[in-house]
Amino acid sequence: MSDAPAPRVAIVDYGMGNLFSVKNACAQAGMSAAITSRREDVVAADVVILPGIGAFGDAMRALADLDLVSVLRDVAAAGKPLLGICLGMQLFMTESHEFGRHRGLGIVDGEVVRLPERPEGRRLKVPHVGWSRIRPPAAAGLGEAPAWSEPLLGAVPAGDFMYFVHSFYCLPADAGAVVTLTSYGPTEFCSGLRAGNVVGFQFHPERSGSSGLRIYANLAASLHTTWESGNGRTAGSEIRTA
Amino acid sequence: MSVRVIARLDIKGPNLVKGIHLEGLRVLGRPERFARHYYEAGADELLYLDVVASLYGRNSLVDIVARTAQEIFIPLTVGGGLRTIEDIRTVLLAGADKVALNTAALRRPAFVGEAVRRFGSSTVVVSIEAIRQADGRYEAYTDNGRERTGVDALEWAKRAADLGAGEILITSIDREGTGKGFDLGLTRAVADAVPIPVIAGGGAGKIAHVWEVVVEGGADAVSVASLLHYTAIRHVDRAETAGAEGNTEYLRRNQPGFSGVDDATLPEIKAYLLARGVECRPTPSVTSNV
Repeated sequence: MSDAPAPRVAIVDYGMGNLFSVKNACAQAGMSAAITSRREDVVAADVVILPGIGAFGDAMRALADLDLVSVLRDVAAAGKPLLGICLGMQLFMTESHEFGRHRGLGIVDGEVVRLPERPEGRRLKVPHVGWSRIRPPAAAGLGEAPAWSEPLLGAVPAGDFMYFVHSFYCLPADAGAVVTLTSYGPTEFCSGLRAGNVVGFQFHPERSGSSGLRIYANLAASLHTTWESGNGRTAGSEIRTA
Repeated sequence: MSVRVIARLDIKGPNLVKGIHLEGLRVLGRPERFARHYYEAGADELLYLDVVASLYGRNSLVDIVARTAQEIFIPLTVGGGLRTIEDIRTVLLAGADKVALNTAALRRPAFVGEAVRRFGSSTVVVSIEAIRQADGRYEAYTDNGRERTGVDALEWAKRAADLGAGEILITSIDREGTGKGFDLGLTRAVADAVPIPVIAGGGAGKIAHVWEVVVEGGADAVSVASLLHYTAIRHVDRAETAGAEGNTEYLRRNQPGFSGVDDATLPEIKAYLLARGVECRPTPSVTSNV
């Protein structure tokens, strides 16, 4: 245990992905963030970010080796803001079909499946790498300006481009959890989800230019609100998962 | 599917350089300044390639990557001299999102698989620099087009994809720096041969070339250098470059532009593509300063 003050944002380091860019984006939004693998930092943080790039099975194994699985479930159950990015979002799900079957954190009901390479007979490059539009799931009537249900997307124009790099995507069991949809060729997939305090984005907000940085700014603003309202903090480890 | 326009910056020591056929490098300025400019102008990604592979030490690639990563929020791919898993880890920790592997991968293809297992497919770009041979085939070269390998570029692309690479960067050394346009046949052959995205590089001298390599070459992304650099140099503060080492004769002449290539900016390239039905991310209006 160190005497250093607890970071407001804990960026969970389990050896996968560019954590540096997540930290820079937090700094840009005025949030102090620490890259950490320590349970106690995750418990003490006000926001937990689970980033990640790589294979699902390896990631779950790494989280287990670091003894972080239960603490992440606790964070989710405690109502603390938990943001998953790319593979981090996928890890929230019940299970993945990446190279066999792997159990996920089980925080959000649903599964992770591979992008089809020949949807409707068309050839699509997988991984999906590049900038694609995000839009609200319930496409509002024609001529009506669609609005986000997700507060972290505030001031991000509907239909804006975000940076993606992935071969798999989440299929949440509850369609109501889907907050953004994205199309890759004819395949439409869930690119953003929320289940209570748990939010996941398939794209990388920290690599999506000014649009993505807006999401970090919104996160900082939401943190500020929680902070002002006082006792939003709960000792995560005391809460049992359902 | 959106096509990506990637600004490619060849780096030697502390400087952004540009050559022709990867040789005769002239100093253009500080890479960080250009990177920042391209980020604001709507580049979809940045590509840093260290032509002398000086990863460590003073003014090393790692330093430049770390400085760049603090102020740009788009993907940054870094290549040049990455020989070991530890080298890859070092540039990723400095803030790179992906690595481009060339020489070390050709010498020992298993390196690609090891990098993929450790860092994930989406982190590993295999960079292939090819020269067309008399019989019409393309051979992969290493060391900035100086060393032949005897390896067929197309076969190597397929093998790299099988080994788990996330993307292929295919550069035509014949066209590189000439402004004569991409090698469309080479790009098309690679794009058709692999199930992963292909980045075309080498030869853009007009905006139309970018469109051409997408529509006719089947490129998923396009890397451009000269086309942007000789225009951007007018917008980038060059004061710092006064004491630069290397071939600075071009800078001292103080006559921006280059006879082989048109003037072009990223917003112009994006607008050209969009007007012709090629989907891409337009330059964000709020941050554009061009």
